[in-house]
Amino acid sequence: MKPAPVSRHESAVGHVSGRAVYTDEQHLPLGMLSVFPVQAPHAHARILAIDVAAAGAMPGVRAVLTAADIPGENDSGPIVHDEALIPRDRVQFHGQAVAWVVAVDEACAAAAAARVEVRYEPLEACLELAEAIRQQAWLRPPVAVSRGNADAALAAATHRLHGEIAIGGQDHFYLETQASWAQIDSEGIVQVTSSTQHPTETQIIVARVLGLPANRVVCRSLRMGGGFGGKETQANPYAAVAALAAQATGCPVRIKLPRSIDMQMTGKRHPFLARYEVGFDDDGLLAAIRVQLFADGGWSTDLSPPVLMRAMVHVDNAYFCPHVHVEGLIAKTHLPSNTAFRGFGGPQGMLVGEEILDRVARHLGLRPETVRERNFYAEGAEGGRNLTPYGQVIRDFAIPQIWRRLVQSSDFEARRREIEDFNASHAHARRGIAITPVKFGISFNKTEYNQAGALVHIYTDGSVQLNHGGTEMGQGLHSKMLAVASRTLGIDVAGIQIMVTSTDKVPNTSATAASSGSDLNGQAVRAACETLLGRLAQVAAGLLGCAVEAVVFADDAVFAASAPDVRLRFADVVQAAYNARVSLSATGYYRTPGLSWDAQAGRGQPFYYFACGAAVSEVEVCAFTGVHRVRRIDVLHDVGDSLVEAIDRGQIEGGFVQGMGWLTCEELRWDAQGRLLTDAPSTYKIPTIGEVPEDFRVELHRSERVPTAQVIYGSKAVGEPPLMLALSIREALRDAVAAFGKTARVDLASPATPEAIFRAIAAVRAGVADRPAAASAIPV
Amino acid sequence: MHGGSALRYIPLMHNEVAFRLNGAKVALTDSPPTESLLRWLKRHALTGTKEGCADGDCGACTVAIVEADAAGQRHYRAVNSCLLPLGALSGREVVTVEHLADGADLHPVQRALVEASGSQCGYCTPGFVMSLFAGFYAGELDDATTEGNLCRCTGYAPIRRATRALCGMQPGRDRFAAALQGAPEPCPATALGKYFLPTEIATAIALKRAHPGSRWIAGATDLGVELSRGRADATAWIALDRIDALRRISADEDETVIGAAASLASIERTLGGRIPALDQMLRWFAARQVRNRATFGGNLGTASPIGDLLPVLLALDARIELEGPGGRRMLAAEDYFTGYRETVREEDELIVAVRIPVRGWRTAAYKVAKRQSDDISIVAAVFALGLDDAGRVVHVRLAYGGVAAMPLRARAVEDFLLGRRLDETTLTQAAGLLGEAFTPLSDHRAGADYRRALCANLFLQFVAEHAS
Repeated sequence: MKPAPVSRHESAVGHVSGRAVYTDEQHLPLGMLSVFPVQAPHAHARILAIDVAAAGAMPGVRAVLTAADIPGENDSGPIVHDEALIPRDRVQFHGQAVAWVVAVDEACAAAAAARVEVRYEPLEACLELAEAIRQQAWLRPPVAVSRGNADAALAAATHRLHGEIAIGGQDHFYLETQASWAQIDSEGIVQVTSSTQHPTETQIIVARVLGLPANRVVCRSLRMGGGFGGKETQANPYAAVAALAAQATGCPVRIKLPRSIDMQMTGKRHPFLARYEVGFDDDGLLAAIRVQLFADGGWSTDLSPPVLMRAMVHVDNAYFCPHVHVEGLIAKTHLPSNTAFRGFGGPQGMLVGEEILDRVARHLGLRPETVRERNFYAEGAEGGRNLTPYGQVIRDFAIPQIWRRLVQSSDFEARRREIEDFNASHAHARRGIAITPVKFGISFNKTEYNQAGALVHIYTDGSVQLNHGGTEMGQGLHSKMLAVASRTLGIDVAGIQIMVTSTDKVPNTSATAASSGSDLNGQAVRAACETLLGRLAQVAAGLLGCAVEAVVFADDAVFAASAPDVRLRFADVVQAAYNARVSLSATGYYRTPGLSWDAQAGRGQPFYYFACGAAVSEVEVCAFTGVHRVRRIDVLHDVGDSLVEAIDRGQIEGGFVQGMGWLTCEELRWDAQGRLLTDAPSTYKIPTIGEVPEDFRVELHRSERVPTAQVIYGSKAVGEPPLMLALSIREALRDAVAAFGKTARVDLASPATPEAIFRAIAAVRAGVADRPAAASAIPV
Repeated sequence: MHGGSALRYIPLMHNEVAFRLNGAKVALTDSPPTESLLRWLKRHALTGTKEGCADGDCGACTVAIVEADAAGQRHYRAVNSCLLPLGALSGREVVTVEHLADGADLHPVQRALVEASGSQCGYCTPGFVMSLFAGFYAGELDDATTEGNLCRCTGYAPIRRATRALCGMQPGRDRFAAALQGAPEPCPATALGKYFLPTEIATAIALKRAHPGSRWIAGATDLGVELSRGRADATAWIALDRIDALRRISADEDETVIGAAASLASIERTLGGRIPALDQMLRWFAARQVRNRATFGGNLGTASPIGDLLPVLLALDARIELEGPGGRRMLAAEDYFTGYRETVREEDELIVAVRIPVRGWRTAAYKVAKRQSDDISIVAAVFALGLDDAGRVVHVRLAYGGVAAMPLRARAVEDFLLGRRLDETTLTQAAGLLGEAFTPLSDHRAGADYRRALCANLFLQFVAEHAS
C-alpha cells in the first residue's frame, strides 16, 4: 500500500473550523501593546515640527515614536536604501506614517494618534505617471533588452503601427491585512512574528532598524491570510515598527493595519504606460517591435527594478520577433511605493504584447487567434525562432500543443460562428471570444535568489519534523513540501509535522515568490531527506543483511529490494540508527542550475524553464451600459506531474479570477491631493462569485514528453502564470466591442470597467479609431 | 481558547444583559453597546471570526443569528458581525464558526468546503462557512448565499462546487435544526446601557423624546460602518428592529405595505414575484448578509442619493408613512426628499411603512455599477410605463439614483413623453432630454458624462426590453 497522497491543503480543517491561527491571533487572550500610525495629510510636504506632548500624556499611551527614536538605520528599502521607515523631514505620499503611537490597545493608540500635532509645509506633488514622465522623474537609470536592429527593421517593414496603452494598478486585497508582533525575549533576542513572505528580509530589516546584528533577531511567519506579493517586502516596515516599539517600551507590541490604512499605505501592482511600434508583413508575421515601458514606482524603489525587468522580458509572451528593442524606466511619483504582485511585471508586459498582436491582426483584417498562432516561437526551429530577445533558448515549448488541444476542447471554431450569428441578430448586445497563451519564465531574474534550504529532524520514535525556508500564504506550499518529504522518505504524511517558517531554523532564505516556492524548497527538502535516507540505509543494510544500494524505503517500512516481504518498521530503523550514534538531523540545500543574468546587458539564461498554458474566454457586452458578463472560460495549463492536483487547480482558478479583476472591475482612484479614494471594499471592487461564470472549465495539460528541466518530481510552478490567462478576458471584451463597428483598431482601456467599455463601443461605432497609422518615431 | 466553552463559566447575574452565544448564555453587561460583535468576539479570544474590512463588505466576519419569521418559525440568518452593535444582541442567539464542528467531526458545510478544496489562505473561510451554514438550514443554497463573501484566493469555483454538493443534502434533525425547533430558555431583550430595544412604536417615540440627542437605529448596516470607524455618536440609541408593528409585510389587491423595519431579505422572501422592479433591485442590493439586516426604513432614514430602493419608491408612486409625537402622516415618496441626505422627516419621527400601490404598468429596475454584484450604483434607474392601445404613453415615471444630491424623477422628460408614441424620433428626443436632465458628479465610481449617457440609455434599454 502506498502512503496516502497529499490531496488537499494541510490546514483545510483548521480553515473551516476557525482553528487555524494567524499572526494577530497569537497574542490573545494575553494582550499586548498596539501601535497606530499618525498619517500625513499631504502627498508631498516638508515636516516642520512634530509635537507629541499631548498624545504622549494621554492615559494608556506608552510611547510616541518618530524618526528620532530609531537606534539603527532609518530605512526599510529592500534593494536600494531610499525608503525611510519613519520620515524625518519629508512626507512622500498621502497617508505616510510620520509617527507611531504605542498604547495599551488600538483604540487608545488611534485616539492618541489624532492628537499628535504635526506642522507641514506642503510641496508640489507628482501624482500621475504621465506627469512624472513629462518631468523625467526617474527612480533608476533606464534599462533595455534588445536584439537585432529594431529601427532598421521597422523602417523596412511592409506595415507599421504605433500606439500607447495605460495599464492600471491593482491592490492585493489579501483578506488578512499587514500584521506583525514583536517582543524582546529574556536573552535580549528580538522575536518577531510577521505575516511576511520573506522572513529573512524582515529579519534583516528589523536588525538594520534596531542597529543589531542579524543573529539577534528571529523572524517567524505563520500561515498568511493571503500574500500575492503584497507581503514580499511590504510586511517589513510594520514588523520593524512593532520591533522598534517593543524595544522602546520593553513590552510585546502588535500591529494589524485596519483595511483602509493598509490600502492607503501599502504599494500595489505597478501601473504602466507603454508606447510601442510594430512592423509586420502581410501575413501578420512580426518583423520588429520597439517598446517603451514606464512603470509607476511610487515614492521609493522597493522591487520596481526587477518588476520592470520581468515586464520587459515578457512583452514577447509566446511570440517570436526577430528585431526587438524594449526600454524600461521607473517613474517616481508621490504615491505608495508599488511592489510585487503575482506575475511581478509579467502581466503588464504580456498585456502590451497581446495588445500589439491584436492591433496587427485587426489592421490586416485577420483573426487575432490566427495571427497569434502564426507568431509562436518554434522549438528547435531554424532562423532563431526558438530564441528569446534576451538570448534564452526556448525548450519544452508546450504552447503549440496546448493551443491545438484547447481550440478543439473549447469548440472554438463553432463558437466563433455562433457568436457571429448572435451578433448579427442582436441590436444591443455583442459577444466576443478570444484565446490567448501564457509563457511565463520560472526563476527569479536575480540569480542569487534561486537557492533554498531545509532542515529535517527525525526523532527516535520515527516521527519527522520538517522545516523549510518557504512561507505559506494559502498557495499550499506546506502541503506540497509534505508531499515531497513523504514521497522521499517513504512514510505516511501523518508522520511528518511541518513547522512554522523561522529564520533560526533555515537561514538566508529567499522570498516565497516568483512561483518558485515548490521548485526551490521542494528540492531542498528532498535533499535533506535523501541525506537522512543515506544514513539510515547504512543501518538498515546491516539489519537486513543486504547491500546499502538495495535498501528500499516505502510504505512506512524499510526492506531489501530482493526481499520485499521482510520488512522493518521505519521507526525501528530510526531507533537503531540512534543507538548506533547516527545523526538524525540534516539540512538540505538547492540552487537552480544553469542560470545567468546580466542585468546591464539584458541578456542571459534567467529562467530554468517556462510555464505554459492558454485560455479561451467568451463574453457578452451590453451596448446601453458597457456592462459585460463572462459566459464561459476554458483553461488548459501545464503543471507537469502535479504534486497536489487540487492545489494546482486552485492556483489556476484563483489566479485567473484575480487577473480578471485586475483587467475589469478593480480600479484604483486618487483625488487631486493624492488621497486614495478607493481604500475599502465598498469602493475597490474585487470579483465576487457573481463575476465568475458557472461555465469555468480548467484542465491540466498532460505533456507527451519528458521535460528537460529537472523540477521537483516533474512538477511545474503554478503560482503566477494562471493570472495572465485572464488576458483572454480582455481580448474577448475587445472582440465583442469590435463587433459594434468595422474599425481596423479597437482601443480598450485597462481596467475595462463598464465605463471604459462604453467609451470603446462609442469610438468603434463612430469609427474614430479608424485613423491611418502614421509611421512616426515614438516620442518620449 | 477556542469555542464557547470558556465563556460558559462567566457567572451570570439576575437581570443582566445577555445573549446566547453558541448555545451558552453570555453576559454583555460591561460592554459598550456600540462596540461591534466582531470586536467583542476578538476580545473574548473567539478568533475564528475574521476581520477583513470592518465595513460589512467582505463577509469574513459572518456569523449566524437566529431570527423568527412572521409565522414564528426560527431561522439562521447570516450577518456581518462587524456591523452588529452589541446593543442589538441583547436577548438574541448567535452562532459562530467555533460552534459548528463537534470535536473532530466537521459540520456538513465544513466538510463540503474541505472536500471541494474551498479554502486556500483560509482567512475568508469561516465567513463562507457561516453563510453556507445559514443557507443550509434555510434551504437557500446558490451563488447568492455567498455573494457577500470575498475570497481572493480560490476564484470561487470550488466554493460553488461545495455549495452544489450541499444542495443535494438534507439538514435532517441535527443539533442546529433542533435548536431552531425547541424554544430555548428566554433571554430577555434588556437595554444594554443606553441602547434601548422598544417593542412598541409608542414606546420608541417616548424614548426618543426622553433622550434628546438620541438616534434611531434599524439594521445598522450603514450606521454600523460609522460605529465601527468611531464616527457616529449619540446620547442614546433607540432600536427599531424589535417592534413587530414595523416588521409587518402585507399585500392586498390595492397596495403592498412594507414595514419600515422588515429586513430586505424578508421582503424578498415574502413578496418575491409581486413587484418585479423591487425584486430586480433587491437582487442587486448589497449582499445577503446586509439584506438580512437592512431595511426600507434605514434606506429612507439615511436618505443617501445612492440608496437603491429610493428610485423604486419614486417610480412606483409609493407613499411613506411617518409617525411622531404629533401622530401619523402619509406623504408621497417624491415629497419626502428635500436635499442631500435631507428629508421632511422630523428628528423625532420614525418611518412606519412604505405603501406601494398595485398598478398594471410595465416596470423595470436597472443598476449599473463597476462590479455588478454587491456594489454601489453609478446610476440606478427605475421606470414605470403605461401605453394605451394606440401605443401612446398614458403613464410614465423615470426615477434615478446616483445622478443628483437626492433621488429624482426626470419630470420634464415624463411630461414630454406623455401622449406620444415611442417611435424612433420620440426616443431620440427623450434620450437627448434625459442626457441633459441632471447634472451628476464625476467621482471615483464614474465620470459625469457616463452617468448622463446612462440616464438616457437605461431608458432606451427599458423600452427595448419592455415596450417594443
